[in-house]
Amino acid sequence: MRQLEGQIRIPSGCAISAVISRDGRRMTGEKIIESLKPMHDRSNGLGGGFAGYGIYPRYKDYYALHIFYNDDLCRTECESYLRSNFVIVQAEIIPVRKMPAITNEPLIYRYFAQPLPSMLMTWQLDEDDFVARAVMEINTHLEGSYVFSSGKNMGVFKAVGFPEDVGVYYKLDEYEAYSWTAHGRYPTNTPGWWGGAHPFSLLNYSIVHNGEISSYDANRRFIEMFGYKCTLQTDTEVIAYITDFLLRRQKLTLEETASTIAAPFWSTIERRPPEEREKLTYLRTIYSNLLITGPFSIIVGFEGGLMALNDRLKLRSMVVAEKDDKVLIASEEAAIRAMEPDAAHVYAPAGGEPVIVKVKDGAY
Amino acid sequence: MGINYIYPEFEVVRNDARCIRCRVCERQCSNQVHQYDKDLDLVISDESKCVNCKRCVSLCPTRALKVVKSDCLLRENANWSNDNINEVYKQAGSGGVLLSSMGNPKPFPVYWDKILINASQVTNPSIDPLREPMETKVFLGKKGSDIKHDENGNLITKLPPQLELSMPIMFSAMSYGSISYNAHESLARAATALGICYNTGEGGLHEDFYCYGPNTVVQVASGRFGVFKDYLEAGAAVEIKIGQGAKPGIGGHLPGTKIVGDISRTRMIPEGSDAISPAPHHDIYSIEDLRQLVFSLKEATEYKKPVIVKVAAVHNIAAIASGIARSGADIIAIDGYRGGTGAAPTRIRDNVGIPIELALASVDKRLRDEGIRNDVSLVVGGSIRSSSDVVKAIALGADACYIATAALLALGCHLCRTCHTGLCNWGIATQKPELVKRLNPDIGSERLINLMNAWRHEIKELMGGMGINSIEALRGNRLMLRGVGLNEKELEILGISHAGE
Amino acid sequence: MKRVFVNEKWCLGCHLCEYNCAFANSGETNMAKALKNVKIRPRIRVEEGGDAITFAVSCRHCSDPICIKSCISGALSRDETGTVCIDHDKCVGCRTCILVCPYGAISEDENGVIQKCELCVKNAAGSPACVAGCPNRAIIFEER
Repeated sequence: MRQLEGQIRIPSGCAISAVISRDGRRMTGEKIIESLKPMHDRSNGLGGGFAGYGIYPRYKDYYALHIFYNDDLCRTECESYLRSNFVIVQAEIIPVRKMPAITNEPLIYRYFAQPLPSMLMTWQLDEDDFVARAVMEINTHLEGSYVFSSGKNMGVFKAVGFPEDVGVYYKLDEYEAYSWTAHGRYPTNTPGWWGGAHPFSLLNYSIVHNGEISSYDANRRFIEMFGYKCTLQTDTEVIAYITDFLLRRQKLTLEETASTIAAPFWSTIERRPPEEREKLTYLRTIYSNLLITGPFSIIVGFEGGLMALNDRLKLRSMVVAEKDDKVLIASEEAAIRAMEPDAAHVYAPAGGEPVIVKVKDGAY
Repeated sequence: MGINYIYPEFEVVRNDARCIRCRVCERQCSNQVHQYDKDLDLVISDESKCVNCKRCVSLCPTRALKVVKSDCLLRENANWSNDNINEVYKQAGSGGVLLSSMGNPKPFPVYWDKILINASQVTNPSIDPLREPMETKVFLGKKGSDIKHDENGNLITKLPPQLELSMPIMFSAMSYGSISYNAHESLARAATALGICYNTGEGGLHEDFYCYGPNTVVQVASGRFGVFKDYLEAGAAVEIKIGQGAKPGIGGHLPGTKIVGDISRTRMIPEGSDAISPAPHHDIYSIEDLRQLVFSLKEATEYKKPVIVKVAAVHNIAAIASGIARSGADIIAIDGYRGGTGAAPTRIRDNVGIPIELALASVDKRLRDEGIRNDVSLVVGGSIRSSSDVVKAIALGADACYIATAALLALGCHLCRTCHTGLCNWGIATQKPELVKRLNPDIGSERLINLMNAWRHEIKELMGGMGINSIEALRGNRLMLRGVGLNEKELEILGISHAGE
Repeated sequence: MKRVFVNEKWCLGCHLCEYNCAFANSGETNMAKALKNVKIRPRIRVEEGGDAITFAVSCRHCSDPICIKSCISGALSRDETGTVCIDHDKCVGCRTCILVCPYGAISEDENGVIQKCELCVKNAAGSPACVAGCPNRAIIFEER
C-alpha cells in the first residue's frame, strides 16, 4: 500500500512565481497562471497551487478556512467541531471547473468564520492563536479533514496536477488579488493527496518554496516545541510555521526573520558594524535551530506584501523584476516575461538577501 | 604468598636477534618488567609485572619487543570466563574491592556503531567544505525562547552568559592529581589554541594555569577541593559535578600518597591526607537543593558565567535532566557508562549506568516535549571516539561533546587501564616527577591540536555530504540518521528510522 | 647557525640518542645489524647527574672553537655553515682536542683517530639523528 504524504517524507523540486502591485491594484489570476507555462518542466504534474491576497473583500474581517475532506462523513465531523468553536457566516463548496487533467479530487469547502468569544475566554487566547490552534487540531486529530488556508481576505488554492491546470480548475480568472504567489511541484514520489501541494499556509502567511532543506528535522523538532505539528513532513510546512512563529508570535521584522532563517556566516557577521553584529549574533544564537540550510528559494506572502529569500549559498535560482507598480519574482526570467514581456530591472538577489515588497499603506 | 593462582595476563616477547641491549626498555618501565643481566648479556623480562602499556614496545629502536596476550588460559567455559575466575582468585587473596581504570570494557552494544549518517544525492546538493564556508562554531548556554523588544520596538539583544566554542567538542573533566601537571598543561594549551575548553576536574586549578582561564571550565564537586573565589572567577564556566559515567553514585578517593607538593596546595588540603569526595554533595539531597547551589555559584560569579551540571547517565535520566533544566542550570553534561576514570570499583564501572546514545536521545526528546530544550544546552560524553561519533551525537540532539579518553590517547595513553597504580609510563596518570616529565606539553598540546583539527575536517566533510553548512542545522536533525540491526524499541528511543525506511 | 640544544627538563635519560647517533654514523641501513653485539661509540652522550638530572652532550660547534686552535695537523676546521668538521685522513690521533674541549664532546673512534658530532651532515641521516629520534623533544636543532 502506497503511503500518503505526511506518512513519508517526499523531496521535491519546484517552480515558484509571484506578482504584487505596490499600488494595491487588483489583478485576476490569469497572468500568474501564464507565468507557470514556460516553467512547465519544473513541475511534473504532481502538485500546483496559488495564494491570492485581497480576494475576499466582502468577508475581509473573517477567517477564510479552506478545507479538504475525504468524504461527507469527515465533513460532518469537522463541521461539528467548527460550529462548537466558531461563528460561521458563510459555508460553501469552492467552485471549480471539472477537467480531465485534474482527478481524484476531495470535497473542497470554504468557511468564513470568527472564533466564538466564549471559546477565546475559555482558552485565554487571542483570535490568531485560537485559529492556529484549531487548524493544528483539525489537521492532526480529525482524520480526513485538512485545513489548507486560514487567513483573512486571502486564500490558497492547490491540487495534484500541473499548476497551469490547477489555476484554471479553481477559476482563478474570477478572483482579483493585489498579490499572487504560485507554485509548480516536482515531487519524487506521488503525494497521494492534495494537502501536500503548495502554497502552504497558516493564518495570513503563505509559503511557496523550491528546494530541499537539509536542516528539516532540526527545524521541525525545534518548532514543534511551540505548539506546531508538522503533519506533512514537507519543508514548506516547517518554513510556514517558522515564519508564523518569528513574524507573528515573536514580532520580528521581515529583515530580522530573514537574518534568522538565512543567517549570515559568522565571518560576515564579524565584519558588520557593532550594533548590527550584536543583533545578528543574538538572532543566530537564540534561534540557532531555526537556521535553514540546504537549497531554497521561498516567497512568503503576508497581508500587504511579499518577501522573497534565497538560502545563503544561493543554491536555487530566483530572479526579481519590476514593471510599473508591479514587482515580479520567479524561478526563471521566462516566467516573468510571460507575465510582463517588458519587465525591467531584472536581477538575481544574492543568497540570504531578502527582497521585501510592500503595498502602499491603506491600498489593500 | 604461597601459590600463584593467576598466570600473568601478558607475555613479553623479545626477538633477541634484534635486541641491541640499549636497555631503553629497562629504563622506561616503571613496573620494572625488564632487567639487563650483565653475566648473561641478556635483557630478562618478568611478565607478571607487565600491564601492557606498550611504552617499551613504542620506544624499542629495533622493534625487538612485543607484548601479547598470554595463551596460558584456564579451561574454556562460556559462563566462567578467565576474567571471572581470576577476579575470584584476586578477591579470595585480598579480601578487597576490585579496582580498575578507564571506561567499561565489556561487550555491551555500542549504538554509535549501529547508526549510519545520510548524504545528499540529486534532490539537493552536497557542499564541498574546501570551497564553501562550513561553520562549526557553537554557543553553549541558556537561550530562552521569547524575544523581547524595548519601548522603541528594538530587539533587546541580551542573552544569558554563553560559552563560545569554535567546534562542538570540549576536553572533559580530569583533575590535577588524577592526571599530571604536564597533562593539564597540554590540555589547557591545546584548548586555548583551538578555541574550545578543557575542564579542571575536581582537583582545583594550578596557579600556573590561571592564564588559560577563558578556555577553562572549573569544576565544583562534592569534595569542593580547591574551590574559592578566584578559582570560580578564573574559568569561562562553572561545572557542578554530581556524577560521572564510570562510577555513578559513588564519590572519589585520591590516596594521600598522591597529595604532595603542588597537588596539596591546589586542592587546599594537607600533604599526605586522602582526598575523599563524598558520594553525594552533602548540600544536595534533592532537586531544590541543586537550584540553591546553582544560584550560589551564579551569585559568586555575578551571573557572568554559565553553570554546567554534570550527571551520569542513569535509568531515569530524562526526568533528572528535565529537573536540572528547571533548576537554573545553563548547560547539562551527561556522561555515559563507558566514560573513563582514574580509578573506580570494577563492579560499578562495569555494571552501573546506561549508554550515552540512549540517554542523549531520551533527554533531548523529553526537553523538547517539555518545551524547554532552548533553555539549556546539552553536552554528552562517555566514549565519544571519533568525529563520526560527534556528528551522530549532534544529530541525535547534543550541542557539544566532551572527550577525555580520546584526548588521553592523543597524549600517548595506551588504555592499559591501570591508572590507579600511579605508575603511568606515559607521564599522564602519575605524580612521580621522573614519569611526569615523559609528557612534554609541547608535544602533548600539538598532538591534541592535530587530533581536533583532524576531527574538525572530518566533521565538515560529513556535514557537507549532508548538504549542511552549519553545525546548528545538524543539531537534533535525526532524519540524517538511520539505525542498522536495531530493534523497534531501540529505534523508538533513539528517535530514528531503520536503514532502508 | 642551527645547533643541537638539549633541555634537561625533558631529557628522560633513555639513551636512545646515543644509539641513534651510533646507527646514523655506522653506514648501515639496519639498526640491529649495525649495533648488535657492538660496543657503541656515540658522539653524543647522556650525562647522568646525582639528582635525577640527565642531559645529553654533544659538540657545541663553538663560534671560536678551541679544538681547532689546538689541532696540530689541521684536521679540524669550520665549514661554511659553521659546523666544526674533522678530516679523518689528516688526524694523527694526538688527542689534544679531546684534552681541550670544555664539553668533553670529542672522543676517539675505533681506528684511533678522533670523532665528533658533525650534525649528521656527512651521513645518510642528513640532519641530526639524535634530534629526530628523541622521544620527548628534549634535543632540538634550531637557530638561537
